[in-house]
Amino acid sequence: MASVSVPSEGVSRGLFRRPTATTGLWSWLTTVDHKKIGILYGVTSFAFFIVGGSEALLIRLQLAQPNQELLSPSVYNEVFTMHGITMVFLVVMPLSAAFINYLIPLMIGARDVAFPRLNAFSYWAFLFGGIFVYSSWFLGGAPNGGWFGYAPNAVLDPTRGMTFYAIGLLMTGVASTVSAVNLAVTILNMRAPGMTLFRMPVFVWMSLVVQFLLAFSLPIISVALFELLFDKRFGTHFFDSVAGGDPVLWQHLFWLFGHPEVYILVLPAMGIVSEILPVFSRKPLFGYQFVVFSGIAIGFIGFGVWVHHMYAVGLGPIANTAFGISTIIIAVPTGVKIFNWLGTMWKGDLTFPTPMLFSIGFVSMFIIGGLSGVTHSVVPSDYQQTDTYYVVAHFHYVLFGGAIFGLFAGMFYWWPKAFGRKLSEGLGKVTFWTMLVGFNLTFGPMHILGLQGMPRRIQTYPEELGLTFYNLVSTVGAFTIAVSVALFLVNVAMTHRKPRGEAADPWDARTLEWLTTSPPPEHNFDEIPTVHALDEAWHRKYAETEGGAVVPVPAGGSGLEAEYTGAHAIHMPSPSYYPLIASLGLFVFGYGVIFSWLLAGAGAVVLLAGLYGWALEPSAE
Amino acid sequence: MQESAAVHAFESEHEATSTGLPSTKLAMWIFLASDVLLFGALITSYVVYRGRSVVGPYPNDVFDIPYTSVSSFVLLASSLTMVLALSSIQRGDLPRMRLWLLATALLGMTFVGGQVYEFTTFYEEGLSLTTNLFGTTFYVLTGFHGTHVAIGILMLLSVFSLSFGGRVTQRDSLTVELVGLYWHFVDIVWIVIFTVVYLVPTGP
Repeated sequence: MASVSVPSEGVSRGLFRRPTATTGLWSWLTTVDHKKIGILYGVTSFAFFIVGGSEALLIRLQLAQPNQELLSPSVYNEVFTMHGITMVFLVVMPLSAAFINYLIPLMIGARDVAFPRLNAFSYWAFLFGGIFVYSSWFLGGAPNGGWFGYAPNAVLDPTRGMTFYAIGLLMTGVASTVSAVNLAVTILNMRAPGMTLFRMPVFVWMSLVVQFLLAFSLPIISVALFELLFDKRFGTHFFDSVAGGDPVLWQHLFWLFGHPEVYILVLPAMGIVSEILPVFSRKPLFGYQFVVFSGIAIGFIGFGVWVHHMYAVGLGPIANTAFGISTIIIAVPTGVKIFNWLGTMWKGDLTFPTPMLFSIGFVSMFIIGGLSGVTHSVVPSDYQQTDTYYVVAHFHYVLFGGAIFGLFAGMFYWWPKAFGRKLSEGLGKVTFWTMLVGFNLTFGPMHILGLQGMPRRIQTYPEELGLTFYNLVSTVGAFTIAVSVALFLVNVAMTHRKPRGEAADPWDARTLEWLTTSPPPEHNFDEIPTVHALDEAWHRKYAETEGGAVVPVPAGGSGLEAEYTGAHAIHMPSPSYYPLIASLGLFVFGYGVIFSWLLAGAGAVVLLAGLYGWALEPSAE
Repeated sequence: MQESAAVHAFESEHEATSTGLPSTKLAMWIFLASDVLLFGALITSYVVYRGRSVVGPYPNDVFDIPYTSVSSFVLLASSLTMVLALSSIQRGDLPRMRLWLLATALLGMTFVGGQVYEFTTFYEEGLSLTTNLFGTTFYVLTGFHGTHVAIGILMLLSVFSLSFGGRVTQRDSLTVELVGLYWHFVDIVWIVIFTVVYLVPTGP
């Protein structure tokens, strides 16, 4: 049996000593703490938000007046493509990931995610994927085929732009797949005692649905991107109609991913709003289980509606009708949620701080976007709208009016938790109203432009078409949004000059993350809370009398407060170099596929070395 | 044994999960579910393009079904040796686990080697990645599968080598089980690919 026992020196052998820095640059490069990774996701995606927003401003400047030549047609193609890729893959997805990373372990009462190093790897692979796509500007031209990169245009384009698109999105896809597995396991496996599935906050539920949507939709676009890459780089015939291939295959694979992706973008924001509305209505969420089941239903039905992006392709009346019906059906669970949010606010004791304003902004703008979405489900109507600005108006109402408003609500709401300082309320409210006005000025007129027949992705338009006025309004609106984002940044800068010291629970909130300090310690909770009810934190603070009146529980009266028993060591995972090394290998490998097999080999070696170092790393020094 | 029990006491304390399943196992299941969609999309691409090549060689010109049947049998046999490896480590029989792991890896290598030989033969018969749609879809689909097998072999050999350094013991049978899950998955995918690509007739 001697061979079975563990030699003690075998346990702590690694290539390097594990890093130990807890402050400074190295601590950020090697961190595996979900809160730091969440903040990294947030900062990075906000930086991309500013870049993508600047691209939007360029587009609006170009379209402000007829017959302008500010951007040449080919540059215009690159700018709108990069705007779309940036906002979808490098802003809304990772900004949602910032909230999911930061909040999930806190909300389910865990110390970290299930696989902290994988979490770090996901962040670095996402960052490198974003840098990879953007580096194309300097290496022969940016992607120019639209964010959905339709074949055969994407294949036949002579520049390397769409090759960068394929490889860059494959990298962010690896990041998201790894993260999806990690976070799904975290939610299913790391819940605090008593935290049953139906005691989880709605945000956690929506995040869980999103992780499964990612896990099941990303492989499909990965295959599509591989096929595009092979067609471009190795001369295969996947989308080559001369050889018998079918460009429509790309559309099917893309939208089979692309429609679940829409819900990947908006479900986290729906979760955020479902947390905020009850707090500032001082009522529990109306119909918690309905909201949860609607989210799950959206997850399932989301895989069965993709052809509504392809009505004009000509798949025939039966396919179009079937997908028209499934599209009308998916509006139902979304509508259910809207009514639940309204029901939550109904007869509530409403207050209107900035997070609440953004949440109400989310609900109302999302209704507009949802309704224009229903008009798309009607096939004959959609024929008129396909590839016009009406579509642009629709998806900005759901993705900006929806997702971005929801994410801003979340930033204002959880800022005190993450940084120990509240963002300025006065400036916050100005930000909200400026953004709301700017948003509607920008995208409202696009409905009219679209119905007047203005096509998407057109570099300019002649004056005689009579599109000038609304285009100018839209441009003014876009710059108004830019002002609101600038105000937000001023707010952040001012707030971070104030000292920390926000209370643990400044909003009188309902979920577990408010039980710990602001900001939380590295180990999140001194004592893992035991959960007895949905809205656990609320029930520790308030009780109901026999008459149904809500009364505060005196401090310590609930008997449920976490008692810090003091000196017992809480073991947290040590930082690690390997996630960064492995993702760096992936990054180099990506360039290698385009430029040189030698480089690809070097990247693969670094990636493998990173993975082996990772696997052999001791759990702590 | 007592010493190692102390070393692992801390870890097992952390293994209490909400579902009762070890987190690594749950992660592997979710990853494999995700990988099903990857192969689903690849197989779909192959099926959609069946019989649509405008120039030869066509599948009937190059396929040697008895040959591929043998290499398929070799791959499926490796699932048996994988199960034996897991059962050995669960009984604490380290030498036997090494033997079966190595056997599994060798069977896998035989399969990949057979695939390389097959690809070379097809190439010499005029079927390259860019010849026609059949070449494109065939090589990409089977190539993706072959890469999966190769990664599996790498994992098997890694566990095999680590077992000499005392890093794989009876307590780490979960590691072997995870590699096994992946390995069986890759085998099952091959059953589908072999059936769809080689056995289902394409017609004239």
